[in-house]
Amino acid sequence: MTEQVPPTTQTEAEAAAEDADAEEVADSSAGTGAASVVTALENAGVEYLFGVQGGAIMPVYDALYDSELSHVTMAHEQGAAHAADAYGIVSGDPGVCLATSGPGATNLVTGIADASMDSDPMIALTGQVPTDFVGNDAFQETDTTGVTDPITKTNYFASDEDTVGDVVGEAFAVADEGRQGPTLVDLPKDVTQADTEREPGEAKTPDTYNPPEEADAEAVEAAADAIAAAEKPVVLAGGGVIKGEATDELRAFAREYEIPVITTMPGIGAFPEDDDLSLEVAGMHGTGYANMAITHCDVLVGIGTRFDDRLTGGVDSFAPEAEVVHVDIDPAEVSKNVHADYPLIGDAGRVIDQLDDELDRRPDPSDRYAQWREQVQAWKAEYPMDYATPDDEPLKPQFVVEVLDEATGDDTVVTTGVGQHQMWAFQFWNYTEPRTWVSSHGLGTMGYGLPAAIGARLAADDDQSVVCFEGDGSFLMTIQELSVAVRENMDITVAVLNNEYVGMVRQWQDGFFEGRRMASEYSWCPDFAKLAEAFGARGFTVADYDGVEEAVQEAVDYDGPSVIDFHIDPEENVFPMVPSGGKNGKFALQTEHLDQL
Amino acid sequence: MTGGLPGPSPDERPHPDGRRNSQGVRIDPAVEAEPEPRRAVLSATVKHEPGVLAAVSGLFSRRQFNIESLTVGPTEEENRARITLVIEEPEPGIEQAKKQLEKLIPVVSVTELETDATQRELALIKVEGDKPDQVQSVAEMYGGEAVDVSQETVTVEITGSRQKVEAAVETFRRFEILEVVRTGTAALERGAEETK
Repeated sequence: MTEQVPPTTQTEAEAAAEDADAEEVADSSAGTGAASVVTALENAGVEYLFGVQGGAIMPVYDALYDSELSHVTMAHEQGAAHAADAYGIVSGDPGVCLATSGPGATNLVTGIADASMDSDPMIALTGQVPTDFVGNDAFQETDTTGVTDPITKTNYFASDEDTVGDVVGEAFAVADEGRQGPTLVDLPKDVTQADTEREPGEAKTPDTYNPPEEADAEAVEAAADAIAAAEKPVVLAGGGVIKGEATDELRAFAREYEIPVITTMPGIGAFPEDDDLSLEVAGMHGTGYANMAITHCDVLVGIGTRFDDRLTGGVDSFAPEAEVVHVDIDPAEVSKNVHADYPLIGDAGRVIDQLDDELDRRPDPSDRYAQWREQVQAWKAEYPMDYATPDDEPLKPQFVVEVLDEATGDDTVVTTGVGQHQMWAFQFWNYTEPRTWVSSHGLGTMGYGLPAAIGARLAADDDQSVVCFEGDGSFLMTIQELSVAVRENMDITVAVLNNEYVGMVRQWQDGFFEGRRMASEYSWCPDFAKLAEAFGARGFTVADYDGVEEAVQEAVDYDGPSVIDFHIDPEENVFPMVPSGGKNGKFALQTEHLDQL
Repeated sequence: MTGGLPGPSPDERPHPDGRRNSQGVRIDPAVEAEPEPRRAVLSATVKHEPGVLAAVSGLFSRRQFNIESLTVGPTEEENRARITLVIEEPEPGIEQAKKQLEKLIPVVSVTELETDATQRELALIKVEGDKPDQVQSVAEMYGGEAVDVSQETVTVEITGSRQKVEAAVETFRRFEILEVVRTGTAALERGAEETK
């Protein structure tokens, strides 16, 4: 556990003297480094902070006492980071999390790494021991900037009370501009306590940071030539389309030229899945038709994607006959994993417009793509997403996902943990809007769903539903955040797809480790409905088809947090599946196929 | 069967002939094309502030770039330092190293130097001191000089290209080398061309 305040022994006289000091500190917080930090947060338009109190961050909390900012006290710092991350995904503005030094800061690390892998805008503010103690292994000291160097876009050790507000402002600007990502400011206690009369200036990125806007005109021309000459083009839309607010441009572009659209998992919602041109998600557990289209296309227009290995499978077999057009705001992503024949470095929306302008000058190629569109539709018919639902079978998780989708609006925000339930939650839910899918992609953090739902709830509109899918194993990792959802009376429906396994591990053990189910069985699962009630939430248990719709309706209607523990078929697996490093075109549709891969 | 979906099995589906190499480059399936590594000298101008060197070296180690040497020092401009990095990688790795380096916020600019750029490193070579005259003569052959002489040892300073320093170290082995320290490569473009 995090020990937040150093244990002390003191006389009553000393305690009284300290109380007097504390009052003095409180009175003077208006002109301190901590007050500058809070002013910088206010200037950046922050509404909510997610954090946990502790010794070294106390001056900042003291300054927050006088501010209008809403602080959500989380049960654990990891929860604070995930909540801030999800707030950033749903709102588009950086979410803010706070923690004290040492264990507080290190508990943020998983959440920061998660935001980093998924390019989510986030600010982490950490307390630090006083400057004079830094480097001496003082109580609750950690080299926080050292620890977080590889998992932040950039980080700062704020060493001066006169500039600490500017540093926080810069951290905001850097997190938000260009390719978004997490930044961290480490705040030594003496710096936040020290007096300063200086107000933070305008928040801006440093002069060394200049993200590109428009792509090079000649490169756009060449890429447009390739698209115009293609027979079998696809667009692969990644999370960058949503982060770059380019969904309108993407939709208009794909529909104008009638090009089929595939999304990556972070790109879910960039293109409506009920559109004929949508092939939904490609990759390890993507649809068969998306993976067939990727495998057979001749031009692939990747926008805002980093070609993660869960998408590409073995890179040697990825889109093997395609020329690749790669649009990205981060030059380092271009040709990192898959060589780009046409690199277009710039803002997604701007570059799509540039491509559109170029293609407008050429004969409309959309008729020529007709045969390809027919082929793609044939694949849709050949590899439909389906599951078996005879009444006598145990409850299927896919059915639960579909019922929840039906019972809630199109703009419902879905958050998930990591595992089989996460895959069913994107496969069997119909996403049509950006910023409605909140999940841990790059890092694959179990336990992400519930704290993410808390952040998402505060970023979403009041009339938007928030549904969190968790597995039993994943839910147990951050279940303590239920206390926060209850305390803040958050309208969140948690659907636990409970198979008493760490299901994805069990699936891999069955498929690739000869069924040796080492440490994947959770036969000691608690009663989640009772646990929810103990936290003060509504709890339901559903073990068969008959109870699903009623429980879902009741949970969705309830104005507060509810948990439905769905006892699903424990042996259900996620298909299609491309084994790790395999060929996208050789996906398994059932267990027997795994032997053929 | 658990959770199976309809559709033909993997072997019954059409599969294209094309492929990419391990760098993700589309290649002729009949030809093996794995690029050879080459030596590249990168020069980075950075903000002269604490933590920059750690950020750069950490980046190179966690991305597994094969680093040969790294030197750093202040420049003619206040608040600016120059880092010279020598790496050996196949072509995509060199491009990736440059781009990743450019992404670091305190990095102002990154450039790969021409192969004919002025490249120098410095070595201090401490040898047994029983033949000081001969040591001095060899040092002079390499344009170096003895910078410290005691009864037991002679320390020689050699400055030059990496190859020259290596040749000098080899030659001094005849006097029994006690210690060697080398700086790694520092480099600038030739003539009026600016090293950005």
